[in-house]
Amino acid sequence: MLDTNIVELILNGIGTSPGICIGKAYLVDKEGVNVVRKYFIEKENLQHEIKRFKAAVKKSKDELRLIIKNSNEELRQQSYILETHVVMLKDKMLYGKTIETIEDEGINAEWALKKVVSNLKSMFQNMSDPYLKERAADIVQVSDLVMEKLVGAEAFNIADICKRVILIAYDLSPAKASQIQLEKIKGFVTNRGGRSSHTGIIARTLEIPAVLGLDNATEIIKNDDIIIVDGTTGTVIVHPTEETLIKYEERKIKYEEYKAALARESHLVSETIDGFQLPVMGNIELPEEVVSVIDHGGDGIGLYRTEFQYLNSSVFPSEEELFNKYLEVVEVIAPKPVTIRTLDINGDNAIAHVSNYDEVYPALGLRAIRYCLQNPGVFKTQIRAILRVAAHGDVRILIPMISSYDEVCETKRILNEVADSLDKEGAVFNRDVAVGIMIEVPSAVTMADVLAENVDFFSIGTNDLIQYSLAIDRENSSVAYLYNPLHPAIIRAIKHVADMAHEKGIKVFMCGEMASDPIYMPILLGLGLDELSMNPQSIPAVKSMVRSLNMGETRLFIQDVLKQTSATAIMKLVQDTYGSILYDKIYHE
Amino acid sequence: MSHTLSRDVVIINELGLHARSAAEIAKLAQKANSKVWLIRKKERVDASSIIDILSLGCPKGSKITLEIDEESDINILNKIVGLVKKGFGE
Repeated sequence: MLDTNIVELILNGIGTSPGICIGKAYLVDKEGVNVVRKYFIEKENLQHEIKRFKAAVKKSKDELRLIIKNSNEELRQQSYILETHVVMLKDKMLYGKTIETIEDEGINAEWALKKVVSNLKSMFQNMSDPYLKERAADIVQVSDLVMEKLVGAEAFNIADICKRVILIAYDLSPAKASQIQLEKIKGFVTNRGGRSSHTGIIARTLEIPAVLGLDNATEIIKNDDIIIVDGTTGTVIVHPTEETLIKYEERKIKYEEYKAALARESHLVSETIDGFQLPVMGNIELPEEVVSVIDHGGDGIGLYRTEFQYLNSSVFPSEEELFNKYLEVVEVIAPKPVTIRTLDINGDNAIAHVSNYDEVYPALGLRAIRYCLQNPGVFKTQIRAILRVAAHGDVRILIPMISSYDEVCETKRILNEVADSLDKEGAVFNRDVAVGIMIEVPSAVTMADVLAENVDFFSIGTNDLIQYSLAIDRENSSVAYLYNPLHPAIIRAIKHVADMAHEKGIKVFMCGEMASDPIYMPILLGLGLDELSMNPQSIPAVKSMVRSLNMGETRLFIQDVLKQTSATAIMKLVQDTYGSILYDKIYHE
Repeated sequence: MSHTLSRDVVIINELGLHARSAAEIAKLAQKANSKVWLIRKKERVDASSIIDILSLGCPKGSKITLEIDEESDINILNKIVGLVKKGFGE
């Protein structure tokens, strides 16, 4: 007999949280639900079967109510989803239909529910509206909850996991995520989700390795399978061979040693050998991540993305809600600075999860400052919250997607207007907030000299700048290989921006992914960047690299870099000149 | 069935009839003595079902008709219309 279980399987997904873990798989959903059996119920027992179903629904409802009640600050914004789930539980299309099916077909409640849900699922999945398509997930989550109660307590309950496991899930619903005892989890693997998904953020915050977006992980991986999760490369290995296990055990040890060494040094000042200080800040999305920035030795918040509160809500957040979230961040990290970036999406789409008309090129469409200037009400609410919170700490405002001088003027006009009205109301606020702009559109690079005269700082967003400058859609796999921060055009663009900023006496920061890779430090130092911001986990490695470099040398080195005509040549030059510093630190194994 | 009562109303909230607003309508409709219907472009669904309402996919600006079977549900009809008109307080 051929035992397929012993074949080593390598799955590739999206590495959303770095690190390696090896352990037993624990499937949280589907497993219990998929093994639903079908059996017939005697006519005289049908009423009892219906009662059993109703009891399961009631239990689910009570459970949801309890979760809503016990939700902590972070999860409260999701409680409206759970409220909707409560209403859905009793929906006639779900509740009524299941009871009908039990009666009409004389079958058990589990099978009836499964049948009803799969019909509903296909109805929603056939819809063209992406928002409505997603509602199928809500229905599945609601029915899973009931199914757990029907199948019995032994089916699965995340809260009861008692060994340290690697969680395998189709997707983690907010209700599920809020029950996980995170200290029991070694790693995350899910079918759905990406870098910015809820699970991805949780994993990064807790520094648990995670590989998401694996499509069919829950079908391939079985409970108690031995698996390896490499969140750095996005690889999951199922049934690893002895050889692979040893290899990864070694890698894991090396990685942990490297991390430990970096962590020990992470609170040292980010200063080059010749005494130039380059503050290394953290990028955050949730207030909870501030702690991670502090733990990793961050010098402040260089980019606080504020979209999350708009994405996870069906209504625009109120000034008070925004103020309270911002205050949490500002108070925890004080007296270090917090750079709050204003809304960087199309708010209408985010809130409604649907667009009034489909933009062919959303990246070139109505978003960020363009959206805010067209919707001054939404913008002013956010600015009010920021100016108020600025009275409680060192706050800077960062405006995304600036592509013209006019936008800067209009933004400043609104800022003044908001400050005046706060003044009139006698509110506690601070109008002397540093206002900076993101440099991510090529026109802003060209206009850097003009823009620099009108703002307090620049922050270069390399991700978008590269995409726009090189005309590359990173999501398009056939051209993604062209995306390269070391393209000479990008290096020159950064140089131009930095030179113009310094000429006009303002500072230039960087908050894109480029800032988080230690290998780029010689270049960024040489180009004259004044401050970097990155995901908190990258801070120690970047700081460590900065401390190994000599600023004066990088100034000379950049002259050679600027002579190169291709990204490959620049990479080779960097590797040849500075690679050894990194290899010594086991950066690349 | 007595003669039907219906009211036309336009969805004005930015979000359209999505999860939360649909849930609010469904909650009210569930209190009616008889059926409350929600109609858009000739499609007619039971307003007491959030899933049914969602299946219509009504964005901002869509015209919908609310209809009741029994006159005794007029208060509920008015309440739902009021809710839609003030954009669900969003």
